[in-house]
Amino acid sequence: MSFKVIKAGLFTTVQDKGRYSYQRFGMSVAGAMDPFALRVANMLVGNEPYEAALEATFLGPTLEFKDHEAIAITGGDMSPKVNNNPIPMWMSVYVKPGDILSFSGVKSGLRSYIAFSRKLDIPLIMGSRSTFTRGKIGGYEGRKLADNDVLGFRDSQLSTTKGSFIRRDFIPSYNKEEVIRVVLGPQDDYFLEESIQTFLSSTYTITNEADRMGYRLDGEKILHRQGADIISDGIVFGSIQVPGHGMPIIMMADRATTGGYTKIATVITPDLSRLAQMGPGSKINFERVTLEEASIIYRDYEERLSLIGSHIKEATFHISELRSLNLSINGKKFMVDVNEIK
Amino acid sequence: MYDKVKYLPAGDSSLTMEFGNEISVKINGKIRNTVNAIESSPPEGLTELIPTYRSIQVLYDPSVIDYGDMVRSLEKILHSATDGGVDNYRIVEIPTCYGGEYGPDLEFVAKHNNLTVDDVIKIHTGSDYLLYMLGFTPGFGYLGGMSEKIATPRLQVPRTIIPGGSVGIAATQTGIYPIDSPGGWQLIGRTPIKLYDPLSEIPVLLNAGDYVRFTSITEEEYLSIKEAVEKNEYKVNIIHNGEVRLNVL
Repeated sequence: MSFKVIKAGLFTTVQDKGRYSYQRFGMSVAGAMDPFALRVANMLVGNEPYEAALEATFLGPTLEFKDHEAIAITGGDMSPKVNNNPIPMWMSVYVKPGDILSFSGVKSGLRSYIAFSRKLDIPLIMGSRSTFTRGKIGGYEGRKLADNDVLGFRDSQLSTTKGSFIRRDFIPSYNKEEVIRVVLGPQDDYFLEESIQTFLSSTYTITNEADRMGYRLDGEKILHRQGADIISDGIVFGSIQVPGHGMPIIMMADRATTGGYTKIATVITPDLSRLAQMGPGSKINFERVTLEEASIIYRDYEERLSLIGSHIKEATFHISELRSLNLSINGKKFMVDVNEIK
Repeated sequence: MYDKVKYLPAGDSSLTMEFGNEISVKINGKIRNTVNAIESSPPEGLTELIPTYRSIQVLYDPSVIDYGDMVRSLEKILHSATDGGVDNYRIVEIPTCYGGEYGPDLEFVAKHNNLTVDDVIKIHTGSDYLLYMLGFTPGFGYLGGMSEKIATPRLQVPRTIIPGGSVGIAATQTGIYPIDSPGGWQLIGRTPIKLYDPLSEIPVLLNAGDYVRFTSITEEEYLSIKEAVEKNEYKVNIIHNGEVRLNVL
């Protein structure tokens, strides 16, 4: 039970929720940059939402399947194809031995997620299968995938023998310019009042220094009252640090656990997924929300995900019906062989 | 240390409990006691704690508990945590081979401070260091309490690769690199002990609140300990609640 990586793509890693509970030892969390896309991809193939999947960046991999498999691709659109025929995203797709999954360059978004119904055979390290490349641990040998790697599955049964999809209005759109909502703090009092206004009212551009660890932004300079350095304290996913040069840095999945720069604000969890789909050159306008508003937005977000989960369970179709359903969804023609699965 | 702990929002699922704005043994002890108290009766929805020099990063699940309720729960626990000294601690011995290829900057550190190489080793091994927090890379401990007599600025051009186990000095700080990494610290020695083993059940040897005691070993001893470590046969010497030798300036 396995698949072969014919071409690895630009930066393809195994990711799940991340390595929580070990941050006090200096261990970075890692995990999917876009948790929304990871969770939906897994639900579509009948897995637990945070099961390990592949995260492809900018240019996806080429994979050859050795077995029958149900897969689902979510996140950024890299024009996925099976045997050179386009396949739908945000929908489970069956593949058979010898089928080749391939991608082109990204059309919208930045990161695609590929989930498998059979669950990847990747060792759990500190409770997670996520790759943390800087620490050389987790995932496949602690590194991004390379050409000719072979990844196995840890169970012989498919998690589901039914296909499913999500409603179109649940599929996020990815834009080159986004409003990203933040809660001010923990060190907003280290900044001049007018600088907080600058931060909230001007547009920041993501620079080329943007990776899984953090996004360095460029734009109007943010001034401190006195000094940008603090005695190191904790950092979370979405912390926005402002060092002495006055340009914000958003800390992402592979962030260090602690840091010594003032943090003006923190991106709210539901907006991290959209942010993760933005790359160099994209523009961000920060919008302030209160803690109370953030809490409501968070609950709505989780409710939407559980609604998607129940829709996925209801929207199943039998394998024999797959062909016609494909045609009715996108109005496009898909070549997916489905009859071999038992 | 503040009279009253400050609670600072850090997004929708985390807050910072800030105890002060300085590095001090007293604050560190209070943080340790508070972490223990929170962990012995964790509020519902608590997901993780990250203790640092002067704060605790509290992570929670906002679909279970909101900011206000979390602050109220932590306040209650805080009152039950003691202010006094930490009465349960470990002194962890780190055998270190000083100088030579293991500590290429030892002579520079000696010269910079008008000392002999032996003086530097004597001073470095002469007091115990409190591990305030872990961060930077997995298993990297921020140690406090080094004598100013051996303080040395960082290298002007950082090394691109420093072998794991290297013991270094940067200004008045000393520390051990757990894994191969780039860095600008003056390297004075190396320990054969593994500070970080991702496959082990306890992946990191040192914890916040431990005291680190460096002991000087010969190259022969270094090699034999290294062999034992690789065979999983070496037992790190840990002294529980022993007498701590603090640096007296």
